[in-house]
Amino acid sequence: MKQQIPRLIVLCFGLFLVFQFFVPHESSEWIYEFLLDWILIIGVFALAVGIWSLFHVHVEKIKTKKVGWRYSYVTLAALFTMVTFGFTSMNGESFGLFIPFVATVVLTVLMIVQAMASKGNAVPYAALAGVFALAAVLIAVFDNAWSFHFQTAEPLRSVMFRRAFDFVLIPIHATMFSLLAFFIASAAYRSFRARSVMATLLLLAALIVMFRFNPYFGPTVGQYLARTANWLMNVPNMAAQRAIVMGVGLGMVATALKVILGIERGYMGKG
Amino acid sequence: MNIFDKMMSFDRRWVFLFLAVICVAAYVAGIRIPILAEPEVTSIFRFIDTLPKGSIVFVPMDYDPGSMAELHPMTYAIVEQCWRKEIKVLITALSQNGPGMVDQALRDIADSMKVPRTYNGVSYPAREVVNGVDYAFLGYKPYPAMVILGLGQDFRLPFPLDYYGTPLDSLPMMRGAHNYDDIACAINISGTNATDYWISYGQGRYGFKLAIGVTGVSTAQYYPFLGSGQIFGIMGGMLGAAQYEKLADNPGNATAAMPIQLAAHVVIIAFVIMGNVGYFMTRRQQKRQQAVGR
Repeated sequence: MKQQIPRLIVLCFGLFLVFQFFVPHESSEWIYEFLLDWILIIGVFALAVGIWSLFHVHVEKIKTKKVGWRYSYVTLAALFTMVTFGFTSMNGESFGLFIPFVATVVLTVLMIVQAMASKGNAVPYAALAGVFALAAVLIAVFDNAWSFHFQTAEPLRSVMFRRAFDFVLIPIHATMFSLLAFFIASAAYRSFRARSVMATLLLLAALIVMFRFNPYFGPTVGQYLARTANWLMNVPNMAAQRAIVMGVGLGMVATALKVILGIERGYMGKG
Repeated sequence: MNIFDKMMSFDRRWVFLFLAVICVAAYVAGIRIPILAEPEVTSIFRFIDTLPKGSIVFVPMDYDPGSMAELHPMTYAIVEQCWRKEIKVLITALSQNGPGMVDQALRDIADSMKVPRTYNGVSYPAREVVNGVDYAFLGYKPYPAMVILGLGQDFRLPFPLDYYGTPLDSLPMMRGAHNYDDIACAINISGTNATDYWISYGQGRYGFKLAIGVTGVSTAQYYPFLGSGQIFGIMGGMLGAAQYEKLADNPGNATAAMPIQLAAHVVIIAFVIMGNVGYFMTRRQQKRQQAVGR
């Protein structure tokens, strides 16, 4: 039964959605919208499960002292700092006790983590977590410089959230992505060799595409290079990519059919 | 160890250092690069340029700060072009790190609208861009494929409220806008695989006009969709953004970054050539030594 009911549900919904695509009737559209709503709702729960999973994985890492376990504290502190920023907003120019509030929230979480990860001596950490939690509650009740916003996106425009985003997240992402250029240069130097005819063709194509807007070739050569690069992108590249896309598409159809017919059962945790 | 052996065992930190020095030098030198707009970029510009006032252009900005350098200039050029021409812009951000960045970009572009400008010989007066009238920012929802399908039914299905918490029905711009039937086109600017979803689930299912702006590395994989007519234009990476800026007569960060990109490409090509010369010369020497050994 444990196997058959999920397979039956998948079969019914899979077949229904295949037929629904070709039936533009009002009731068919209504059911489709209803199902889309359900997917979004289930998705939100999946997000909550994801956050719990992240928390659990890092607590386990700290508990078993795996390689790099200290970084787990940083991850959890960052997670709860951003969550706090995401639900709070300043009422005016003054920060009041907002920073101590965030610190007490983060310390509460870290003490809970420590209590969960400690083997046999959880009581002192649990007590400390209680103290910090009480401090956080007192600050939240008596400090009027800021307030909680659970229904609106106001905190997303608040100064702390924006600063964390603009001065932490953006530079981190930009740095990681820009490092790619250096690795590409190094990899090109070490491995981009004309070892065979195919490799030579690839090399030449890459050189033409990279050189197409070099102003030092003059207008004639420049135009010729640009046209050749355009042809490379629009003809050989498009032909190869089209074959890949069609292959992937057919593969997806085959996999979907296998799932609907119950041949592929990986989604139930079994292959 | 001769020079070719040395070339083959060149420490990669020298490559990094050389590339960094060249990029900084190119930035300082401020060389001007002639930019030739390709047909796949021109088609997007022409389409927007010929839209009547009051049309709605849907711009899903599905990227995060990692792809900002390449994709932000596209956003700035397209949104400003739309607003200057009094075309309304509907925006979503289906990448979880995107909404804050998009919000900031919208405010920056709205600020630049307060200055009168002349683009391609046409003078545009300064004006105040109003949220809900000139644009609507719907924000982020998880699971892009589901959101794209939901938007096809009704924009209010995945987004009953906009990013700022206002019900969509309260926004003047959204009163006549219900789903993809009410937009002139969608221009997906994306650094993720959301573009695949826009093509498959959006354009494929609902048949609206779609163009894309993607990072340089993923440009090549979307050409088949251009050939099949599923998309009517592609802006590929910083070069695509620079081409759009040229067409819009609004040079920005992409145009400024082209000399650096060109210098980096020249360095990479030089290293590729050096690597190949070293490889072939070393191989020749090894063959000679083998012949002598026999």
